[in-house]
Amino acid sequence: MSDHAADDTVPEVDESRRKFLIAATAGTGAVGAVLTAVPFVASWKPSESARAAGLPSEVDLSKIEPGQMATFFWRKQQIYVVKRTPEMLASLASHDGELKDAKSEESDQPAYARNESRALRPDVLVLIGTCTHLGCLPKPRFMPGDASVMANWPGGFFCPCHGSKFDLAGRVFQGSPASVNLKIPPYSFEGDNKLVIGVDTQPAKGVA
Amino acid sequence: MSASIEKSGGFRAWLNKRLPVDQFVADQLTGYYAPKNFNIWYFFGSLALLMFVMQIVTGIFVTMHFKPGEATAFNSVQTMVREVPYMWLIQTMHAVGASFFFIVVYLHMARALMYGSYKAPREVLWVIGMLVYLALMAEAFMGYVLPYGNMSYWGAQVIINLFGTIPGIGPDLVEWIRGDYGIGDATLTRFFSLHAVALPFIIALLIGLHLVALRQVGSNNPDGIEIKAKLKPDGTPLDGIPFHPYYTLKDIVGVGLFLTLFAIVVFFIPTFGGLFMEAPNFEPANPVSTPEHIAPVWYFTPYYAILRAVPDQKIGALLMALSVAAFLFLPWLDRAQNKSIRYRGITSKLLLGTFFVTFVMLMWLGLKPADGIYVLLARIFTALYFGFFILLPFVSKADGNGPVPDRVTYHAH
Ligand code: FES
Repeated sequence: MSDHAADDTVPEVDESRRKFLIAATAGTGAVGAVLTAVPFVASWKPSESARAAGLPSEVDLSKIEPGQMATFFWRKQQIYVVKRTPEMLASLASHDGELKDAKSEESDQPAYARNESRALRPDVLVLIGTCTHLGCLPKPRFMPGDASVMANWPGGFFCPCHGSKFDLAGRVFQGSPASVNLKIPPYSFEGDNKLVIGVDTQPAKGVA
Repeated sequence: MSASIEKSGGFRAWLNKRLPVDQFVADQLTGYYAPKNFNIWYFFGSLALLMFVMQIVTGIFVTMHFKPGEATAFNSVQTMVREVPYMWLIQTMHAVGASFFFIVVYLHMARALMYGSYKAPREVLWVIGMLVYLALMAEAFMGYVLPYGNMSYWGAQVIINLFGTIPGIGPDLVEWIRGDYGIGDATLTRFFSLHAVALPFIIALLIGLHLVALRQVGSNNPDGIEIKAKLKPDGTPLDGIPFHPYYTLKDIVGVGLFLTLFAIVVFFIPTFGGLFMEAPNFEPANPVSTPEHIAPVWYFTPYYAILRAVPDQKIGALLMALSVAAFLFLPWLDRAQNKSIRYRGITSKLLLGTFFVTFVMLMWLGLKPADGIYVLLARIFTALYFGFFILLPFVSKADGNGPVPDRVTYHAH
């Protein structure tokens, strides 16, 4: 390369400089591409109005009879509120061995609902009515002994989509395709008869 | 070639200098040599292209009357079908067309499985084809959600929640896909954009690449031997015939028969007994009432059956994803020397036959409720499904190496 015979010889190529420039250009371009993608990706997140519609909602408990369930909407999800009778609460103790997560260790609930009855107040059960399998609505099947659901059925919820079964605390039975208990939203009480869905009383939330 | 083009005078020569029309026709059609022994299975490639065009054309017109959105989607479909002249026909063609598209694509894939069309040198052709299939699945799923009937809603609920099973990012990902805490306006408008704009572009691009790869490696044939191995003195394959006019004419016959069947279904049995259009989808989406029995449209049910066969949600979703992805690896799982099933042993034939039966059985099981005997059967056929991919390397290696004919087998009619 160092002969000067021809006029059109190219000056010697500085390979390392060229490599550096290629890498620097490609690197800057890649960073730019990623940064440019950010607004496009972020535009798919819930809008401000969708978030605003997800604010807490209040429920008057005096309208629900013991042993009955009422449903409410919160964040586009159905919230099941069941006033549990003493018999219903008693039924919870009978079948721990048949549950996948009897102690709610793997499941998603506020810390104050990670107990025997999965509730802040045992007589009021609050659940997100979305099957933890793939999101259908589990149907209430509160009659104990309903053999169409399962032998020795203690009462609970049955999901028609793929047959997941949950007890009266939303705990999932073995043999269900769902692997965790029904979720419990954050909630609190104001006085005896007002339930607020979406706000915790205690700051602690999640797995304790 | 260029000499003859220059000789022809006038507008044609003028145009060809600026846009190589004649050259393109020569490369793609009159000068593209396809094996002369194509059988009925070779109709489905061109029919798939026909269905793509049909979905684009009918889709453009459906778009003119469709209003995405929670409050408007269902009603706009009902209104276009009942009140706009002839939209009952065009909308039905679009909806039934989706099912026919998948029928054609599945038969096209079955052909590739029988004659080993995915094997070297056609691996890339096959992989691109599989990408078309995946994009079509996304396209069809979103198209199914848009009319926002009750099955649209709950089907979307189930499918979108599948992404929630991905460890770590799952729940955030689901919220990001929906754009809300549940399926709603945001979900429908983005699905409309993807269904009507983004995915059709991607599918068109992939089909183009599929054809480029096909022209590069040439078509396989029922004997699975390469016609390029035996050439005439002029360099064209001894057992090849020009795609045009021979196969274009043959394909027109296929198109005629196919459109007859299509018209019969569109006019007389558009719901096809609930298979092509499901009864709950004639009710508006209702977030407080799950249909008693949720099943996706028939072309997704094999995978859905696999999902439901597993008593654990995460493993179920994983196996479902794997069952679709498994096809991508066929070119490397099949270790036979011979491509075509014609020249493979009885074990290979049984294995492939079992797989076809398994696929259809899973399709049927996915439409049935998930209880009792159906769960058991779904588990058995899920095992057989994966069994095919696991056994294929061994079986193909053992009995896919017998003698093959020198030339393609062909009987003049
Ligand atoms: S969604 Fe409830 S069992 Fe599958």
